[in-house]
Amino acid sequence: MGTTLKQSWKEKADQALGASPEDATLSKTYLFVSFITLLIGGVLGLIQGLNRAGILELPSWLNYYQVLTAHGILLILVFTALFTIGYFYAVLSHNLGGLLPKARKMAWIGFGLKVIGLIFVIVPIIMNEASVMFTFYPPLAAHPVFYFGLVLLVVGVWMCAFGAFIQVANWRKKNKGQHVPILSYFATGVFVLLFFSSIPVAIEVFMIIPWAIGWVETINVMLSRTLFWAFGHTLVNIWYLTAVSAWYVVVPKIIGGRRFSDTLTRVVIILLVILNIPGGFHHQIIDPGIAESVKFLHVFMSLAIGFPSLMTAYAMFAVFEKTARKKGGKGLFRWFNKLPWGDVRFLAPMVAMIAFIPGGAGGIAQSTNQLNQVAHNTLWVVGHFHLTLGTTAALTFFGISYWLVPYLSKRVLTPAINRLGVIQTIFWSAGMIFMAGAMHWVGLLGSPRRTSYTTYFDNATALSWDPYLIFLAVGGTLLMIGVLIQVYAVIHLMFFAPKGETEFPIAEEEDNASKTPYWTERWGMIIVIMLLVIAMGYVIPLVEMIVNAPPGSPPFRPW
Amino acid sequence: MKFHLDEKIWLIASFGVIIGMMLFTGYQTFVLGMGPPSHMETIDPQKVDETSPFDEPGLYQIGENEYEVVMTLQLFSFTPNEIEIPAGATVHFTLTSKDVTHGFQIAGTNVNAMVMPGHIQKITQTFTEPGEYLVLCNEYCGTGHQYMATTITVK
Repeated sequence: MGTTLKQSWKEKADQALGASPEDATLSKTYLFVSFITLLIGGVLGLIQGLNRAGILELPSWLNYYQVLTAHGILLILVFTALFTIGYFYAVLSHNLGGLLPKARKMAWIGFGLKVIGLIFVIVPIIMNEASVMFTFYPPLAAHPVFYFGLVLLVVGVWMCAFGAFIQVANWRKKNKGQHVPILSYFATGVFVLLFFSSIPVAIEVFMIIPWAIGWVETINVMLSRTLFWAFGHTLVNIWYLTAVSAWYVVVPKIIGGRRFSDTLTRVVIILLVILNIPGGFHHQIIDPGIAESVKFLHVFMSLAIGFPSLMTAYAMFAVFEKTARKKGGKGLFRWFNKLPWGDVRFLAPMVAMIAFIPGGAGGIAQSTNQLNQVAHNTLWVVGHFHLTLGTTAALTFFGISYWLVPYLSKRVLTPAINRLGVIQTIFWSAGMIFMAGAMHWVGLLGSPRRTSYTTYFDNATALSWDPYLIFLAVGGTLLMIGVLIQVYAVIHLMFFAPKGETEFPIAEEEDNASKTPYWTERWGMIIVIMLLVIAMGYVIPLVEMIVNAPPGSPPFRPW
Repeated sequence: MKFHLDEKIWLIASFGVIIGMMLFTGYQTFVLGMGPPSHMETIDPQKVDETSPFDEPGLYQIGENEYEVVMTLQLFSFTPNEIEIPAGATVHFTLTSKDVTHGFQIAGTNVNAMVMPGHIQKITQTFTEPGEYLVLCNEYCGTGHQYMATTITVK
């Protein structure tokens, strides 16, 4: 088996003893703040759901769009980023013989920058100076401090990405010719994508800052929007790739099986890294200023991202069936009973995967031009990303927390907390079925996203949407209960659960696994191909937007 | 890496679905002329009121039961608003924004387009069914976004 490591004495000791206290503190801090963010973002989500259903009128000092801006930034950007970094730094520590002091320091600096950045972002929102949504499309102009906060958040992420690169490069130098362990390979892919996708948004923010301060009079609206989506879509796919890492590597171990082909796993990661960034254009299918022929090319670039996920779907069910049959599972479907449905570490990611079946299919549908025209900017889209990000990614993160947190805190998952986790998963699933389901449906009828409760002057069409919108409140309430249970479980596992050793679950390959080709380790080549694909997608439209740009727009603050 | 037969079938089918979606999209776009609104003309967003045709927004008959609507979108309204047209009319909308990014959506139809400052957007719809159609802005544009709506009455 080509990928087996010749473990050094230190690596063996680390694996036996668990994470070193310094590494554990780092990851625990990231995870703790991450779940506090989930709590705040969840409360804000509930407020919106109740308002949108027409049940709750907000007080005059709190605006729906303030709440929505904060909800989006906290959950799409901060909760997810902090979890991903905390998780992958734990992976690097566990996989690669403990964190290098330098990498750990960079992750701490990154943490500090992100916390300061978050404060900079949130304070203007609270003061009603930045109701610009997490997409902050110019010419909406927030208070300049909001953009400084975004810069710090991005630089904070870069620190963590470089810390991870240094860690992985160091391991590779010491283990020439070896394959990077699979979870660290996922970490590499995630940080490569995080770094490259945040370059366009960094450029955008540097265009915005002098304009928001007033040094420059106008801004290129179309260019900034395009740079945003080069980042925005990749970002959510990064959270998805983080979830996928647990599906391929952790879930098989938890159900007592072996993982799927190592080569295929790595190919899936490479494809997701290469194909992702130009996919952002599917957010601009009905924009002016991009030719139909270019949009058609982008349909292919967006749909191509679906292919590695379809590979994953096969791989996961193959692992489930093989493992269940080994345990005596029979019949065409009866073997499903052999899976450990009562174990939250399996149940949560499993529901997350199942949610990706309609989530991914909806994504393929709405990426095609004409179908996008039906769904664009309606509540359908909000339903879509509450399935993909809010369920597929988030529920996998929750599932990870039930072993990762006790692993880090040297405690154990008790049957009581496991049962609580199962209940949490049920609340989450029910909440999302109501909420995302109703959002998809009412979106098809035309109800727009990002709009506070309105009847449009008692318009009959708008009034006919109201019965569906009630389900946003019902789902939102169930999800809020889910958030409370989840945050309680994390805090319990971090500080109060009984002391003990928890394993970091990493599944082995099959005994007869074929050797993974070494080209999968050539990140230089992978990045060059990725840049070529990005160039294919972006050069023509960006040149068009810059060369044929209309006169720019001055800032507006319509709130 | 060796593939099982069923895995090969799955992957080929997956690839087929993606290519199939592509072919459909291409056929609809380039053969049936159903491509998404992608107009390329630009305009000075600070001089919309002085630039033709937006200096005179309104409903214009350009053929037998064929109309052009020249419309500006601004915080938080559509100009002209409350349009009336006969059933069966084909309407060509020519749109631009005077301030921030707006959306132009007619509920119950497939009319849905981003309307951005600096860009002229065009979209066409034939209204066969009589009734009152809700037109709304579907891109967040500020505190009054939820009031940015009008109607098209088809008689």
